[in-house]
Amino acid sequence: MLHDLLIALTMLTNFTLVATHRVQKSIQVAAFQGVLLGFLPLSMGLWRHTHVLLLAAATILVKGWLIPFLLRRAMRQVQIHREVNPYISYTLSLMLCALGTGISLVLAHNLPLKPGDAHGLFVPAALSTLFTGFLLLVSRRKALTQVVGYLVLENGIYLFGMLLVEQMPLLVETGILLDLFVGIFVMGIVINHIRAAFDSTDTLRMAELKD
Amino acid sequence: MILFGATLLLAFLSGLPGLFMKRGGGRSAALLMGSSAASGLLAALQVLLGRATGAVALPNQRVLDWGFLHLDPLGAIFLIPVCILFGSASVYGLAYWDDHRENSRTVRAAFGVLAGFLILLTGAQHAFTFLLGWEGMALAAFVLVMAEDRDPATRRAGYVYLAATHTGTLFLFSAFALLPKAAGGLAFGPWTPGFASSPLGSALFLLFLAGFAFKAGALPLHFWLPPAHSAAPSHVSAVMSGVLIKMGILGLARLVAWVPDPPIWWGGSVTALGLASGVLGVAFALGQHDLKRLLAYHSIENIGIILLGLGLGLIGKHAGSLPIQLLGFGGALLHVVNHALFKGLLFLAAGSAAKAAGTRDLEALGGLARRMPRTSLAFLAGAWAICGLPPLNGFVSEWMIYLAAFQGLGRPHALWSVAALGALALIGALALACFAKAFGAAFLGEARSPAAVEARESPPSMVGPMGVLAGACAFIGFFPVLLGRPLDRAATQLAGAQGPPLAAMASLTMLSLMALPLLAGAWMLVRWSRGRSFREGVPTWDCGYTAPAARMQYTASSFAEGLMRGMRWVLWPVTAGGRVAGFVPRPRPFSSHLPDLVLDRAAEPGLGGAARGLGALRFLQAGHLPIYLLYVLLTLLGLFVWMVA
Repeated sequence: MLHDLLIALTMLTNFTLVATHRVQKSIQVAAFQGVLLGFLPLSMGLWRHTHVLLLAAATILVKGWLIPFLLRRAMRQVQIHREVNPYISYTLSLMLCALGTGISLVLAHNLPLKPGDAHGLFVPAALSTLFTGFLLLVSRRKALTQVVGYLVLENGIYLFGMLLVEQMPLLVETGILLDLFVGIFVMGIVINHIRAAFDSTDTLRMAELKD
Repeated sequence: MILFGATLLLAFLSGLPGLFMKRGGGRSAALLMGSSAASGLLAALQVLLGRATGAVALPNQRVLDWGFLHLDPLGAIFLIPVCILFGSASVYGLAYWDDHRENSRTVRAAFGVLAGFLILLTGAQHAFTFLLGWEGMALAAFVLVMAEDRDPATRRAGYVYLAATHTGTLFLFSAFALLPKAAGGLAFGPWTPGFASSPLGSALFLLFLAGFAFKAGALPLHFWLPPAHSAAPSHVSAVMSGVLIKMGILGLARLVAWVPDPPIWWGGSVTALGLASGVLGVAFALGQHDLKRLLAYHSIENIGIILLGLGLGLIGKHAGSLPIQLLGFGGALLHVVNHALFKGLLFLAAGSAAKAAGTRDLEALGGLARRMPRTSLAFLAGAWAICGLPPLNGFVSEWMIYLAAFQGLGRPHALWSVAALGALALIGALALACFAKAFGAAFLGEARSPAAVEARESPPSMVGPMGVLAGACAFIGFFPVLLGRPLDRAATQLAGAQGPPLAAMASLTMLSLMALPLLAGAWMLVRWSRGRSFREGVPTWDCGYTAPAARMQYTASSFAEGLMRGMRWVLWPVTAGGRVAGFVPRPRPFSSHLPDLVLDRAAEPGLGGAARGLGALRFLQAGHLPIYLLYVLLTLLGLFVWMVA
């Protein structure tokens, strides 16, 4: 039952993420979501698998501390604290997020999955987190908040992976985690360069790079 | 088979030592290429004359279920010109593209790789090896065409070539994907009888025809050829025109050999392609001012002659007549070898003249025969051969194709034979006119530009290879009877049945005998002219003027003007200015230009229009990251909905 609670919390954090306009807070919430997901395999009673334990620890460490640290550092460097004037307003984002969650519940019910996987909140939560991540990526202007969207998107994929956590080799999972870390590490640096080059971290300006 | 392997390896590696050498890379490349050519010639002769045919089987794997290399008589016929041309062109390249050029290493390495892939193609007996060789050949040739990439015209030619060759390869990939349905696998082998007439068989034939005709440069698909041949360095043009485009013919010949029962329209369409390429190729050649472009259009013309031979043979195969098949296929295959020899010779001579005079423009050359006697003799020999005049080699192969057409008269489908005869005669006459123009404008008369006055004879390393090629042309022309047996073997492979020997059908012995009086006559002419004294340093022909000037000569354009006027309705030349009025007219500029029918009039405007039309879709490419992510999201949602529904 504990894992259902964690999943429900994850879905709630999605709403917080789309509604917040302070960068600092969205980093915090994303980190919180990462920690929740890190505890998820433990709450499912998978203590006996060493690799699951290792993975949970690594997830909590990377998503709860390392990535927020990198993001905060990038935020200090570029001196951006607020996401002003997103493409989609906060109210509309909230409604779209609710719509996405609703659709996820319907979809999860109808997706042709294995009978054992179909139950529970895993699939709808994974899908709704995925949609939230996409929503953030699509609707936000600042490069930094887009990175948060990317992080949330990956959380959705991670949640989907939980269905297979017992079968999935350690190598694959650590690979995903490393990928995420490197991605965010690079983006943290790139954001600073974007500001230096375009005098702004507004991704709209990057359209100038088009041929 | 060891010989074939050695040929392959030596050719591939010929440019390699030069990459690490400070100087002398050209010599090492020429040495390696020469030994490759020698062993390749031995391998080909062994296959064509002896009994030994070896095969190298690749390990039996799932992906390459039967991949192998095998040099058969058909491949050996194509291997001969590859070896001769690459051997002589690499020696020619020593002085023509010397070590001081900034990209001489790249050019030599790519030249060796091109040779290697061409050799691989002649032995390829599996879709995998064939496509490997095909694609490798296309890419290596692209590097070579782009050798002078500082020139915008060269870059354009290179990209047109790349686009064309890949479009052709696309057709071949689809064709080879369908091949297992016909032959039971990707290995080359006979098709199931009756398959050729099925709808799938027709589709397969059309795909193969499109892919191979693109490479061979048959008429509507020839548009990449003239710019690429004139942009490439001359020794590269020689091998491209001589052997690279022949790989399209090799492919078609393989196709012919697989099919036991071709429908009549196969032969008809190949013959029609041959008619169009042959006649229009030479007609377009007449209107060219650029010496190498002119030669390139003649390649299209000769591909047309080869296709005529193949097409007549196919019609013979449909009708079950062995003499037509053997004469048609034999003539086509011999013309492959012959064209490689004399076109290689012509390109080398043209390159020598262009390098000495600094231009390829016929209107700026002239009078080179006095300054470059050996080069001009080589060009004359090549021109003689390409016009199909006895006693050189071009005559022998065209004679066989003529005979194939005559054999077809009075049988069913005789109309094709009549058309082929008319076309061959027309092509021969126009080619003669065209080379009278090219040789006259470039080598006879007076120099039309100061640079042409300064021209000096090329070094022996450039003249020698031309001599070798001219000698090979003369050898085939004088002793065609020696080629009877090898051609029999290869043509039998195409026909699928043993027939009467070619030497008897085409009276090749008679040709040799009849060549002898000509030879004696030529020798007497030389003796007679030796005995006479010549005055040097006077104008060739001063026309009765007291102070003749080079501008008073016939220009290349004015020489061809009469014929061009007759063919205006198909060629559409573009002329500007030139109209004079009054009794004492002022100087007026005049220019004429012959745009390519397909590239300049259809492909470029058409593709440009397509590019503009598709520009309407550029709004999708907004450049905003969120928009791209939205596309991903929408695709994802669409997939989900599709899965659920």
